[in-house]
Amino acid sequence: MFNPRQLALFAVRYGLFIALGVWCLAMALASEHFLTWLNILNVLRQAAPIIIIGIGMTFVIATAGIDLSVGAMVALVSVVCAELFTLGAPMAAVFVAAIAVGALGGAVNGLFVRFGLPAFVVTLAALTYLRGIGFVISDGYATPITSEAFNWLGRGRIFGLHTPIVIAAIVAVIGWFILTRTRFGLYVLAVGGREDAARAMGVATGRIKLIVYTATGALAALGGMILSARLSNGSPNAGIMLELDVIAATVLGGTSLFGGTASIGGTIAGAIFLNAVRNGLNLMGVNPFWVQVVTGVILLLAIVLNVIVNRRVEEWARLSGKDDDGD
Amino acid sequence: MTDARPPVVDMRKIAKRFGAVVALRGVDLELYAGEALGLVGDNAAGKSTLMKVLSGAYSPDAGTIRLDGEEVAFAGPLHARDRGIEMVYQDFALVPELDVAQNIFLGREITERRLGVETLKTKQMRERALALFENLGLRVPPVTTPVRALSGGQQQAVAVARATAFEARVVIMDEPTANLGASAIEKVRETILTLKSRGIGVILISHRLEDVFEVGDRLMVMKHGRVVGARKTSETDVAEVVHMIVAGQEPVSAAAQPAS
Repeated sequence: MFNPRQLALFAVRYGLFIALGVWCLAMALASEHFLTWLNILNVLRQAAPIIIIGIGMTFVIATAGIDLSVGAMVALVSVVCAELFTLGAPMAAVFVAAIAVGALGGAVNGLFVRFGLPAFVVTLAALTYLRGIGFVISDGYATPITSEAFNWLGRGRIFGLHTPIVIAAIVAVIGWFILTRTRFGLYVLAVGGREDAARAMGVATGRIKLIVYTATGALAALGGMILSARLSNGSPNAGIMLELDVIAATVLGGTSLFGGTASIGGTIAGAIFLNAVRNGLNLMGVNPFWVQVVTGVILLLAIVLNVIVNRRVEEWARLSGKDDDGD
Repeated sequence: MTDARPPVVDMRKIAKRFGAVVALRGVDLELYAGEALGLVGDNAAGKSTLMKVLSGAYSPDAGTIRLDGEEVAFAGPLHARDRGIEMVYQDFALVPELDVAQNIFLGREITERRLGVETLKTKQMRERALALFENLGLRVPPVTTPVRALSGGQQQAVAVARATAFEARVVIMDEPTANLGASAIEKVRETILTLKSRGIGVILISHRLEDVFEVGDRLMVMKHGRVVGARKTSETDVAEVVHMIVAGQEPVSAAAQPAS
């Protein structure tokens, strides 16, 4: 059967999935509403934008980077979409323009990171100026969006499933495929694992970074459209603190903050876990202010697990496994 | 070492400077198939710079490089690798998080087009990686193990396997025995002999003269960007080589004889 080493490794590697299972079980016992189809769809729908942006964040963090600007990008895209609709632009044009704005903003981040600036500072600056541009464009006001086609992104259904869930699933499958089955995914991990080694082997490390930030910007734009569509509203205040949810989901999912390892499945589970916790606490009537405290504590625990426990346990497992492979 | 054939590598009058610092002042180097050449010298002697020129990391300011008699100019390390010049870096240049097979094929993955999308042939790369270790007579770490879980000696083996995976003609080893235990050092020596027996030319940069004497056919001493002297290892000894390294010139007794 399992020895302690394997058990500890299992617990560390699949801790999030175990926690999610335990939480769902506990909530199912505590509230009759929790494990209903309606509520499950509700949790998934709320998690969808986090998952979509989190797929991009997974790639960024896998390169040992970070993108703090995704929440601000959501706001900018939200405002841009509403503005374009008031100018009479058709849905297709708005969609393309929004993705282009996201990709451009991401590319600017990527360019500076590529020049060797710390991603933390570059994207912190972007967080500030992107939302600032959103305020400038909107003059601080929220604008209703009446396009049915657009609002379908947030409120529609495909085969009984909410559109955001379907979009998130498609993005996740593509992200998983790229990460695990393509040369690009391998290079992302190589860049995050040891950049100079990757470069010595001919990996165009700068280009890899540029692409992951650009893609994350574009995915933030997609998430921003879904969030705006759900509220039928373009607002410069959209997506405040969203970056933290996205980063929390990614880190909870086991993607290493030091780069080199990443898990798309983990990010999805992380996003679902965060929303399941909030949803469960809401159902139990817990004060919403406490919900925020709990979310913060979960993030802290995730980072402790990610940075300290993971390494220690893997190291320990490696050393105690030494006896069976000699030198 | 049949001098009738052209050397695999023939570097002539290689010069390189970095700003005010002259790293190489017209260095010649010949390497024949199946021989091991020790490159020794003090720090800042120019050994590493010379090898970076050969491996395509630096382009020389002057001088020519010929491979099998054909003049080449490398655009970068990848270009040099494509021409069969491989480097085993002192720190191995492995990505700790990637597994053994992924590291060996990094930058040269085996892929196929499926529905127009280029995908990795992971299974095939793992099989090839395994075959490679067996071929080299190296102990096989499971090729799906992340490199960070391997010992120093095992990592060295992965780096060597990678260097020989793609029809290498020349393998440059930068301090391959630094930071290794005694049994791992023995392994490296055996590997170098295996490479030689396959007709691969090996250049060994090493501070450990005993390694150079053990496996090397010739050695070249450098100092201040110049070649101080060259010897067959069978015709010299540690004392003479140390003298050349320190003094930066041929020993007086040998100066009257024609340099090899």
